[in-house]
Amino acid sequence: MDTVTRSKPKAETGWFKNVVNKIKIWSAHEGDAYLLLSGYIVMFLIFIVFPVLVAILLSFTNFDAVRFPSLVGIRNYITLVTEDSVFMQYVLPNTVKFALIAGPIGYITAFLLAWMLAQIPKAYRTVLALILYSPSMTIGVAMQIVWGTIFSGNQSGYLNSILLQLELIRQPVQWLQSPDYLMIIMIIVTIWSSMGVGFLAMLAGVLNINYEVYEAGYIDGIRNRFQEIIHITIPSMKPQMLFGAVMSVVGTFQAGAIGVQLSGTNPTPRYAGQLIVNHIEDFGFIRFEMGYASAISVVLLFVIWFCSKAVWRLFGEHD
Amino acid sequence: MASFQSSKINPVRLHTSQIKFFLILIAMAVFMLLPLIFILFNAFKPMDELFAFPPRFLVHRPTLNNFHALFSAMTVTGVPVDRFFLNSIVTGSLTVIFTIAISVSAGYALSKKKFKLKKFLFEVNTLALMFVPIAVAIPRYIVIVQLGLIDQFVTHILPMLAMPVGLFLIKQFVDQVPDSLLEAAQIDGANDWFIIRKIIYPMAKPAIATVAILAFQAAWNSTEASSMYIDQENLRTFAFYMSTLAAPNVVAGMGMAAASALIMFVPNLIIFIIMQSQVMDTMAHSGLK
Repeated sequence: MDTVTRSKPKAETGWFKNVVNKIKIWSAHEGDAYLLLSGYIVMFLIFIVFPVLVAILLSFTNFDAVRFPSLVGIRNYITLVTEDSVFMQYVLPNTVKFALIAGPIGYITAFLLAWMLAQIPKAYRTVLALILYSPSMTIGVAMQIVWGTIFSGNQSGYLNSILLQLELIRQPVQWLQSPDYLMIIMIIVTIWSSMGVGFLAMLAGVLNINYEVYEAGYIDGIRNRFQEIIHITIPSMKPQMLFGAVMSVVGTFQAGAIGVQLSGTNPTPRYAGQLIVNHIEDFGFIRFEMGYASAISVVLLFVIWFCSKAVWRLFGEHD
Repeated sequence: MASFQSSKINPVRLHTSQIKFFLILIAMAVFMLLPLIFILFNAFKPMDELFAFPPRFLVHRPTLNNFHALFSAMTVTGVPVDRFFLNSIVTGSLTVIFTIAISVSAGYALSKKKFKLKKFLFEVNTLALMFVPIAVAIPRYIVIVQLGLIDQFVTHILPMLAMPVGLFLIKQFVDQVPDSLLEAAQIDGANDWFIIRKIIYPMAKPAIATVAILAFQAAWNSTEASSMYIDQENLRTFAFYMSTLAAPNVVAGMGMAAASALIMFVPNLIIFIIMQSQVMDTMAHSGLK
């Protein structure tokens, strides 16, 4: 018995020591790196990774925010595709339309403006860049007030009064309550505010291209500015083009809530400006069907991921 | 080759070939600026001019009435508006300070330290550049409830701190700091804390300034915490108060809404103007590969 008790701890100490040693060696080599990263990683896990995982888990349940979630398999997804006529008829087409119009137009405009800014002297460029960038600082509520004043539905709204004076309309139009105009207004407002970080990155990108690259290009037979953009500028600043594109995808989907902000109702009038983001809010925070809302969240995350992959295809460096 | 440079990219002086660019850029600038100028004028208009028909673009008798009305206003429960304003300032400053603190040390580690998960973590962060918080509002709400953060002031700040774009920009910028400099400091016995304070902070200043701007904008404009995680009125922020003024077609508050929109906008603008050259410096290293 003596021998057993004596030999057992020995084996354990050996194994334990081994692990301790390994941890010591690891922490001497890498521990400080993880220590430096710890603050970020903790916040990242709690507020980004964990919510995404919870969304995925909840999407397979029925959850009313009071009782414990009960598993329902993929029923939420089936309901979304087969029974949620609002989603299939309005929300999904609206989102696709909004993203495909506002995203690329905003992005291409940002690039062209950045390129043109690079063609003028620095002092003028700085002032104009500041003006073009400033709308992107009004994200959220300020944007709602700015555009709410212009599209206000009574006769003292700016657009209404101009059109009334020009006698193009006889009565003030309820721009923001009208299913015919809400979507186009959302697109205009989103483009207006899309000269953000991505735009600045692309501006820096154009400015950073070496003169030699252009000289070589002209020797190789480039004849005009258009060819120059396609064959020199864009290929030389692909990393910035990609960064700008990713920011534009994110910004476009982030701006999705704007229909509800402008019209002041969720759902928006006859679902005209209803995007996936609003549909999530409608089910999650108004009807408390959180399992179902989570399934819509997962679909949205997948859509964003898919769009980003697409721009990565376009501008990423393939090896 | 001098003419080549002066008439093309990044020209030194004005040239007739630039006229077409100026025309387009100025037209776009007007489109961008007009809505903001509406608000500027509206904020200083007296009542009768706000409701004049036809509405006039310029303000004729500017007044500070809207600002007085805004700051002497109280909510139904008797919380004065300056309280929201103070909450916003505290939220904005603390978010900036802590975002910078965790992003700089993480950016330094991701750029200069050697460890197994380095590449993986950077890729995860790059993937998270696409993260749209609003998409997971519900699980975020659940996480915050479980952590007992409902009705706590820190709920304004904590969800903002992990900023993938911020870490990305700082890491890219720290990549430019030469390794030899850090090695020399290490030979002299400098530890990580010292290196971050004396080398990384000064050399990565442009990136830090940029992240400060982005973090401030996000925190200053956010209504997420006030509307979803906080029920106690005196803990809510100015942006949230403003969203209650901004309900569409509420005419009575139009002047106050314009004044508050201006107050929301001006700090962002001033900070950006002060730091714009640093921002451009950072953006030069913002490329994704």
